[in-house]
Amino acid sequence: MDAFILQILNGLDKGSAYALIALGLTLIFGTLGVVNFAHGALFMIGAFCAVTMQRILGLSRTVIDETQTDFLGNPMAVQVPYVQDWFGAAAGATIQDWSVPLAFFLTVPVMLLVGWGMERGLIKHFYKRPHADQILVTFGLAIVIGEIIKAFYGANPIQTPMPSAFVGTIDMGRYLGLGEGAVAYPTWRLIYFFFSAIIIAAVFAFLQFTTFGMVVRAGMADRETVGMLGIDIDKRFTLMFGLAAAVAGLAGMMYAPILSPHYNIGMDFLVLSFVVVVVGGMGSLPGAVLAGFLLGIMQSFFSNPAFKGFIVDALRLNDTFTGTVINGLDQIIIYLVAIVILLTRPRGLLGRKGVMEE
Amino acid sequence: MLGLNSRDFKLFAIVVVMTLAAPILLNPFPVDSALGQSFNAGYPALMQRFVIFGLLAIGFNILFGLTGYLSFGHAAFLGVGSYAAVWMFKLLSYNIIPAMILSVVVAGLFSVVIGYVCLRRSGIYFSILTLAFAQMSYALAYSVLSPITNGETGLQVYSDDPQVLMSQGDPIVPHLFGLEMNSSVTWKLGGWEFIFQNGYYLAAVFMIAGFYLSIRIFRSPFGLMLRAIKSNQTRMSYTGMNTKPYMLAAFVISGCYAGLAGGLLSAMDPLTGAERMFWTASGEIVVMAILGGVGTLIGPVLGAGLIKYLENIVSKINDTILHNWFAFMPDWLDNLLVAIIHPFIGKGWHLSLGVLFMAVVIFLPGGLVQGGQKLGGLFRRRAKPAETETDSVVEANSKTPAE
Repeated sequence: MDAFILQILNGLDKGSAYALIALGLTLIFGTLGVVNFAHGALFMIGAFCAVTMQRILGLSRTVIDETQTDFLGNPMAVQVPYVQDWFGAAAGATIQDWSVPLAFFLTVPVMLLVGWGMERGLIKHFYKRPHADQILVTFGLAIVIGEIIKAFYGANPIQTPMPSAFVGTIDMGRYLGLGEGAVAYPTWRLIYFFFSAIIIAAVFAFLQFTTFGMVVRAGMADRETVGMLGIDIDKRFTLMFGLAAAVAGLAGMMYAPILSPHYNIGMDFLVLSFVVVVVGGMGSLPGAVLAGFLLGIMQSFFSNPAFKGFIVDALRLNDTFTGTVINGLDQIIIYLVAIVILLTRPRGLLGRKGVMEE
Repeated sequence: MLGLNSRDFKLFAIVVVMTLAAPILLNPFPVDSALGQSFNAGYPALMQRFVIFGLLAIGFNILFGLTGYLSFGHAAFLGVGSYAAVWMFKLLSYNIIPAMILSVVVAGLFSVVIGYVCLRRSGIYFSILTLAFAQMSYALAYSVLSPITNGETGLQVYSDDPQVLMSQGDPIVPHLFGLEMNSSVTWKLGGWEFIFQNGYYLAAVFMIAGFYLSIRIFRSPFGLMLRAIKSNQTRMSYTGMNTKPYMLAAFVISGCYAGLAGGLLSAMDPLTGAERMFWTASGEIVVMAILGGVGTLIGPVLGAGLIKYLENIVSKINDTILHNWFAFMPDWLDNLLVAIIHPFIGKGWHLSLGVLFMAVVIFLPGGLVQGGQKLGGLFRRRAKPAETETDSVVEANSKTPAE
């Protein structure tokens, strides 16, 4: 039972990332009818916003400290970050420590700007072109963004530590009533889950309870009629693109401490997020979120040796070859599920009739 | 001639001559000159890539160019073909004939399965599904099926492999009945040096055969049917046609081409790894076909050649070479230009590729072939100002219909 809960928890953080990216993909697809192959790149830009924030806060001046000496006996040069100059040593160090959450204030404007620029500068010109062209141009954009990031930050993953308060694990067993120390779970991953839950709730609330969101939903259902009512739906859709970019960026920013950002991180997530969107049902926002969490949890179950051992025993497969295959199942389980879903429920779990069926 | 009309035959003849004479044509500069070291492309390793990736792009074009189904997972078939060929080397012998046959057959079977599932959906769904399948194949090859694929290390031939058909004295490199793939004849002529390699010519023969087959498919009733599906699949269904078998056939043919290309890659160098199936490899195939001109006969070959050429040339250029080129300019201009170009050369080759690709998709959806036609049209109009506008438009149109 404990192991069961732990696997569900383990799946939550990856599932949250999938859900956030898939949510953004679906928003863009639902409003603008474009499949954005550069959405993984937006996730990556968000992760690199965290890296950038860390570097900005780390900017420092060199001071010669006469009281200390280096190994040659010369006075030691000490790096003093500017934030420590301005806010005092203790407060400055705390600010630096919290660089990843603070990157929120960098990520949101940057992502809104990037999303707006992408839509107005590029995607806008592709509404009337075939879907294949939209895929191709966003794919090209993903390559270009990735390479620009590589040119500035190098090709190696960059460690982006989380605030020291969240390092370590939290004893979930106590909260879930399973006894002390039964289920230990990394604190940051729990925070990631709550963070993404808040974002998802905020997006749904925005669409459901504001006039703006109502108009956008109306536009998703019937763009032409909304236009006839004298509403400039294009402007609002552009903003939705920016919002989707911000959601992807925030997902990337908060994921940076879990997986050190590198320039290819976006595409790794994008492929899986596409599968999530297909499983959830293209154009369905709840479907995207549901499928994201489901597939994340499923992946986590299949990466658990005990669970795989259970499958091997249950099927009485004892030779080494099938053993190896079962052991690698976590790598491919998502794809297998996608294939099964597509063969049995071609519209996905919550897909609507008539979306993308031409 | 050869069952082709005269225009197609001309195109085919040009491709044959260019391919066979490539070792000479691609070496326009003497070996030791600065230009020769930067721009000569006539060495076997690169020329092999031209023809093998050309073959791959031709196959991709049969699917995407004729039916409009954009497959983002074609590298999976390339990888499967490579693995099949290396297994033949390991089990039978280094003779490439069984390897080629098995790589086509295995890739064909593989594409029947993938095609059957993916073709249930069209448009974006299809692209995403093929991409997902390719990534799954990558994961399978990289870790899950490592007993078969040798995982991260990559599959290669070891001296204790069975190689049951191998007799004493057979060459221990891939060969065609004793004709070693990597042996070559060098022809020195003044400062020039031309290398004629067996492997290149073998791959070239396959490419030419593949090109011929693709012309025949484009001109056949089957090709016409595929184009009809591209322009209006619903209508085809209403006329009582079942389009699925045609689509699947196109998908499998395309997969077989990729499998053959993979087998040839292994025949040139009997070593293969999972990275051949990675999504970037699939993306590269798409880029090649788009860059050259999808739906045209010659476009994909041009695109494949151009990309492999640029990849080789651009990634060799570094800042010192640039400074040499701009030496005649004032220093500040020289430094400025080098600073601007710097991110695009050497390791930044993929950035140049991405920018080039986006530019082509945005401004020139028909690829280089369309660009050439536009340029040609421009010159013709200038040369004969007396000719009326409509004439040249009609002429341009008569060339463009999805060839």
